Amino acid sequence: MPFWIEALVSLFLVLGSLFALIGAIGLYRLPDFYTRLHAPTKATTLGVGGMVIASMLFFAGRPEGPSLHELLLTLFLFISAPVSAHMLARAALRRRLPVNGRTRGKPW
Amino acid sequence: MSGFRWLAHPTLTLLLTVIWLMLANTFGFGHLLLGLLLGWAIPLLCRDFLIAMPRVRRPFRLGLFVLQVFADILVANLHVARLVLGPEARLNPAFVEVPMAIEDEFVLALLTNIISLTPGTVSADLDVERRTLLLHALDAPDPARLVAEVKRRYETPLLEIFQCSPT
Repeated sequence: MPFWIEALVSLFLVLGSLFALIGAIGLYRLPDFYTRLHAPTKATTLGVGGMVIASMLFFAGRPEGPSLHELLLTLFLFISAPVSAHMLARAALRRRLPVNGRTRGKPW
Repeated sequence: MSGFRWLAHPTLTLLLTVIWLMLANTFGFGHLLLGLLLGWAIPLLCRDFLIAMPRVRRPFRLGLFVLQVFADILVANLHVARLVLGPEARLNPAFVEVPMAIEDEFVLALLTNIISLTPGTVSADLDVERRTLLLHALDAPDPARLVAEVKRRYETPLLEIFQCSPT
């Protein structure tokens, strides 16, 4: 594999991991349930996106040829991430979980 | 739906077949048959749960819209990353109610998903009766602007693409 592909793959891997890490930090740092919900759902889109691109580049440069699994991964992720976030938020609303004091507007 | 249709959902059959072939990562005849079988059986088994998809009137506009959503996801991800790493005092979380002009169930679900995918906003609840969407935003210093933004960036294009009559 040429060096520049390896470099590109590493770059995307690091970028993806970085966003996954930021998502984890957000989950730890943000003040209440609703704000915490943002961090992991978001990090997956760009974090996994970076890793998916890295994986596609890696397998494109290998004798087995490119694989289409990465596209499916993206599709499934884009279907499941918002739905699970929505369900979690709804459950939290029904249970009337405490809201951070700085939040404006009120939940139903 | 009255009567029994053997091909419950032709588009879905095609889509499931393609997904199966991608999953198998080969394009052999056997897998094609298996994919077609699955694509035929799955919509038939869950046809009571499927909601009708309105026809896409402007496919080209749909393509542009998808690209725009991807760009938005990218930009807003960076914004959320900065918020997460920055001081907590900089957050302006808010619950925002967005009244919807979209009537169709499918398009409404699509819009809800897009809003959750674009970082910084999560759709928390949907009141179908009142056609109002409850959003939770991570950083919304001006809720009225967020409502206008959602309507302009996502709702209007979706209405154009599917051209279901706005109320």
